[in-house]
Amino acid sequence: MDFGFKISPSSAVNLDNVDLTLYNRLLEAEPDICKCIACGSCTASCPANRFSGMSVRKAILNLQRGKEKETARMLSNCMLCGKCTMVCPRGINTRHLILSICKLYKEEAK
Amino acid sequence: MKENILIIGGGIAGLEAAGQLLKLGYNPIIVEKSDHLGGHVADWNRLFPDMSPAEDLVSRLIAASSEANIFLNTEISFVNRLKDSWNIMLSNGISIITRILLFATGFTLFDASKKEEYGYGVYNQVMTNSDLEHWFNTGQDERIPEEGPAAMGFVHCVGSRDEKARNPQCSKVCCITAVKQAIEMKQKFPEAMIYCFYMDLRMFGKKYEDFYISAQKDYGIRFIRGRVSEVSENIEGKLVVKAEDTLSGKPVKVTLDLLVLMSGIVCNQQTCKTAGLLSLPIDSDGFLKSRDNIADITEAPREGIFYAGTCTGPKTVPETLAEARSAALEIHNYILNGM
Ligand SMILES: Cc1cc2nc3c(=O)[nH]c(=O)nc-3n(C[C@H](O)[C@H](O)[C@H](O)COP(=O)(O)OP(=O)(O)OC[C@H]3O[C@@H](n4cnc5c(N)ncnc54)[C@H](O)[C@@H]3O)c2cc1C
Ligand code: SF4
Ligand code: SF4
Ligand code: SF4
Repeated sequence: MDFGFKISPSSAVNLDNVDLTLYNRLLEAEPDICKCIACGSCTASCPANRFSGMSVRKAILNLQRGKEKETARMLSNCMLCGKCTMVCPRGINTRHLILSICKLYKEEAK
Repeated sequence: MKENILIIGGGIAGLEAAGQLLKLGYNPIIVEKSDHLGGHVADWNRLFPDMSPAEDLVSRLIAASSEANIFLNTEISFVNRLKDSWNIMLSNGISIITRILLFATGFTLFDASKKEEYGYGVYNQVMTNSDLEHWFNTGQDERIPEEGPAAMGFVHCVGSRDEKARNPQCSKVCCITAVKQAIEMKQKFPEAMIYCFYMDLRMFGKKYEDFYISAQKDYGIRFIRGRVSEVSENIEGKLVVKAEDTLSGKPVKVTLDLLVLMSGIVCNQQTCKTAGLLSLPIDSDGFLKSRDNIADITEAPREGIFYAGTCTGPKTVPETLAEARSAALEIHNYILNGM
């Protein structure tokens, strides 16, 4: 039936239900990922950001909040130029991280 | 005759100053309102940044000041100004004539029950930073389940940076205390999921940032940037905590077994009363007002009156001790040169 409106799904994140299986597997390969301080240097330096909204900061945060699909979608915009790695103050090898995420998700998709 | 110096407060500031003044050949007299020395630090367990036992520090300071006259369970009743000194009447009936007074009256922990939305004193699983230190020392607190909490959280800035709570200032030590306590809980309960809800992480001191990195990397503590907006209880008696994850711009909700409120450092109301007896001014943040907040933090605007430690604002232990030594030296100079 059409009521003329629809209920949109809540955007709230319920931390109780976040499935971190994949994130925890990623942590084994990239233990530095949890050192991110959300400073945004990576985003600001990213040449793809202006056109596609690419942001390593957001990619990491989405993984931590269980929003893997959003991360996967975002990573397809990365050109692997490595600028973000140069600026990260916590020394996270973000370029390598991006590759690890892609690898893990590809395996998952199989 | 040795010069009398009256020290109000037997916390670490008062004890350290007394020890130094003894070495300089004076007669310090400590007036402490509670039944023990060491102040707040006597209630703590291990101190950042080296995780050294608080008990060791307090007993070392007590030993170094044991020659001082110490009155426990005593306060100042009233003060009479004489020509160039004061006649101080204590609550135990003793009166002391002195030219020099040192305030080492410390701070009060913010009363967390005033922030009703956090449920302190309402829900069984909500405690303060101070309660948690007490539990580290005694192992006794019904709010902490024996098997440990499956999930727990720390709320930063409780009663600090809060104009409505009438404390706009930052308490300075609670960010690092939260991270320290989160690590300690994870050491005790490795399976626990631990969250810190913060607005900014103010890790200003020596090695504090290392604590933060270690909390993230070695202990997997989860940091969520956002002030907790409300705490409620579900039918199973667990806490439901709501905040905005301001990094993603989305509201977050989580169910916890234990919540620790990082109560802030606020001015000691009683100090203000004692300061009133001597017509000393109070600064805009509610703490005692120094002659100058840059060059003369340990001196009152009034001759012969000195300050040390958290009576002038939030401070760490090493800062408090350094100030106590500095105040002792100022007092020494004042006696030698009359300035
Ligand atoms: C939860 C928590 C954990 C902390 N952990 C650390 C840590 O690990 N490392 C660190 O460096 N710092 C830590 N701090 C900071 C530390 O507690 C302070 O730096 C320290 O207590 C300051 O000492 P103080 O002597 O100035 O004041 P206080 O400790 O408050 O002592 C003041 C004394 O004066 C007495 N007094 C007050 N008014 C009167 C009066 N009118 N008459 C007589 N006596 C009076 C009081 O009873 C008390 O004994 C922590 C703070 C908090 C809140
Ligand atoms: S490697 Fe990818 S994410 Fe990093 S700056 Fe280059 S395009 Fe942006
Ligand atoms: S630059 Fe590094 S620390 Fe900063 S947001 Fe990006 S990944 Fe995180
Ligand atoms: S030290 Fe941290 S928790 Fe404490 S008031 Fe300042 S910002 Fe808030």
